[in-house]
Amino acid sequence: MSLTIPTFSLASIGPWLTLSVAAIAILVWDALSKERPAAVPAVSLAALVIAAVQSLTLLGKKGTDFAGMVYVDGFTALAYLILILGAALTIFLSWRYLEEYGKNLSEYYALLLFATTGMMIMVAGAHLIMIFLGLEVMSIAVYVLAGFLREDLKSNEAAMKYLVLGAFSSAILLFGMALIYGAAGGTLYLNELAKKLAVTKAVTQPLILLGLGLIVVGFGFKVAAVPFHMWTPDVYEGAPTSVTAYMAVAVKAAAVATFLRVLYVSFPGFAADWTWLLWGLAVATMTLGNVVAIAQTNIKRMLAYSSIAHAGYLLVGLVAANQLAAVGILYYLLAYTLMNIGAFAAILLVSRQQDRYLNIYDYCGLGRQHPGLAAAMSVFMFALAGMPPTAGFVGKLYIFAAAVQAGYIWLVILAVMNSLVSVYYYLRITVLMYMRPAEADLGPVSFTPAVTATLAATALAVVLVGIFPGWFYDLAAASVKIFSL
Amino acid sequence: MEYLFYSLAAVALISGALVVFQTHPLRSALWLIVNFFAVAGLYLLAHAEFIAAIQIIVYAGAIMVLFLFVIMLLNLRQPEEELARPRLGLKIAGITVAVLSAVLIGMGLAKVVLKPVTELPVGLGNTESVARLLFTDYLLPFEVTSVLLLVAIVGSVVLAKAKLR
Amino acid sequence: MLLSYLPILIYMVIAAGLVGLIVLLSELLGKKKHFPSKDMPYECGMDPIGDARSRYHVRFYVIAMFFIVFDVEAIFLYPWGVVFKQLGWFGFVEMAIFIFVLVVGLVYVWGKGALEWE
Repeated sequence: MSLTIPTFSLASIGPWLTLSVAAIAILVWDALSKERPAAVPAVSLAALVIAAVQSLTLLGKKGTDFAGMVYVDGFTALAYLILILGAALTIFLSWRYLEEYGKNLSEYYALLLFATTGMMIMVAGAHLIMIFLGLEVMSIAVYVLAGFLREDLKSNEAAMKYLVLGAFSSAILLFGMALIYGAAGGTLYLNELAKKLAVTKAVTQPLILLGLGLIVVGFGFKVAAVPFHMWTPDVYEGAPTSVTAYMAVAVKAAAVATFLRVLYVSFPGFAADWTWLLWGLAVATMTLGNVVAIAQTNIKRMLAYSSIAHAGYLLVGLVAANQLAAVGILYYLLAYTLMNIGAFAAILLVSRQQDRYLNIYDYCGLGRQHPGLAAAMSVFMFALAGMPPTAGFVGKLYIFAAAVQAGYIWLVILAVMNSLVSVYYYLRITVLMYMRPAEADLGPVSFTPAVTATLAATALAVVLVGIFPGWFYDLAAASVKIFSL
Repeated sequence: MEYLFYSLAAVALISGALVVFQTHPLRSALWLIVNFFAVAGLYLLAHAEFIAAIQIIVYAGAIMVLFLFVIMLLNLRQPEEELARPRLGLKIAGITVAVLSAVLIGMGLAKVVLKPVTELPVGLGNTESVARLLFTDYLLPFEVTSVLLLVAIVGSVVLAKAKLR
Repeated sequence: MLLSYLPILIYMVIAAGLVGLIVLLSELLGKKKHFPSKDMPYECGMDPIGDARSRYHVRFYVIAMFFIVFDVEAIFLYPWGVVFKQLGWFGFVEMAIFIFVLVVGLVYVWGKGALEWE
């Protein structure tokens, strides 16, 4: 018997190849040289740029490759670009910060590139095995990154908590996939699942529902949805600040984009079942995130709860399940990447050295001392609160409009009320910066070029993407046509 | 055939329960080996020979070694104070979840129309048929696995190596 | 099909039976005389020092991790070997890439000195 070897084009997975080859090269280079190679961040950034160009070439395509294992389409390409943006901005925040701890190691960048590759595998996965492998590549790399400051107890705690709970959630996800595999009669391809599950629906309904539920739990953990959010504050607080930024934007973006594809492609026949489930999760996530964020005095913890709340808004989009919702989610992920990385850039600057000043009262008087920094931070806070004319406002507008279109009026009312609650704790930072005098002299802020440039660029981008959302809307709208919603 | 299945299943279940109920971690680990072997036997009965071999080589071999090392890394002495008993609420929650999922799975399975499988296709799960899929349709997951293993290597060095330059 | 595993089963039964038999026979036939110095754990002929239950060093963990990773790698070689001829050069390249990525892991581990017993 001869084997038929599938045809494939390496260009379909070009961005993965670039990033993983770059990461491998960094590892070998580091292992073989006596000194710590200084150009590693630059090499990583170059690899990300090449990957971005390769992603652009995938924009107009449609279909699958590698024997139906990966999607090659606009949605995937846009998700790639958002992930690459998150990773690149994270690298800008990283090297000086790691230098302060004497931990500017090549492994950090290699793991970051591997994590990004894993995310890409996830969002492009057309087969549940691919999605799981991507998720694991991403998760293992991020577990290690969270514990990268090995001498720091909190970083250790973060890595430990994330690893134990993350492994558990991966197992739950895998169990869900196994049940679905059995219930569908032996397929794991996303598009085939929809067909097979429709046929076997009546026979194995409870099994399918249990499998779907477990998959929701698995993804819910990664996007930090309530009640699977318990790890978030401790891990976000303990992880190195640059890694926290990366986890908040990129891990969430990858998980949400994959979750969206799995739900919309494989389980449209069960929409009635998962919408009410996600409806509940969305309301719980938004409410808990926003209400608990009010009580936080540590800025990283506050942003952790804010990140939970934002996961809630994204879930609202998933519930809406129409074209506009998919566009809104993509736009929101872009906006969230820009505004959250920007906020973390400001945190890095304000904290001076080695995360010394993370209390929100350390922001008092910043408006007078460093007007530029304070202005940028205010932009991010306004954007996170969802105020016009920032990208955060437009993102919420799209998602809420999609939910209204789908008839979830009450969900939108609750979401808007939550946004109002969130205004309180975001604007509190602004108020502290401008209305309160500094409590003590915290020493000079060292404006390093990379972090300052990131701060300025993201602040500008948050406003520009907010004022001119049209170009991205068109791109996203064309790319989500693949979902028959 | 059937008796073999039921006896292996019984061994797997009982040893699994014993893993959980041991107070000494080392004993748990040893019962886990028994469990691995019983499950490997079940795989054999299901004609998944390759998986059965992996179960022995990787799980009973490599992963068990790691388990034992980790147990030895931690202190082996009997805990001096009594282990904290789980709170009543946790117990109730755990039992509820277990019962509910058992009911759900049971309901799911009960509704499935079981067709008597007379004979599975020859060589369904043997190494060759696994290989035929793995190196053609599944070539991409296969290569991604190597990246996953590499990340695991780097991760363990970063976290456990004494002095990383 | 399953019958082809019968020799393995018989082998396992014989192995287990032999061990059991030896233990049983020595228990039945041997003389039992206990005295304190005989019941002491044997440590190169001298009095035991310290506690037998000492902690292992964390470096064992790293070694065990490497063992698992390379063990999993080796597992993939079996099915590859079975269909090697049918796959031809394509299969060779596939496996070459797979092995290359893991050799990078080995180079990294080696270059970092993680295999040294520091």
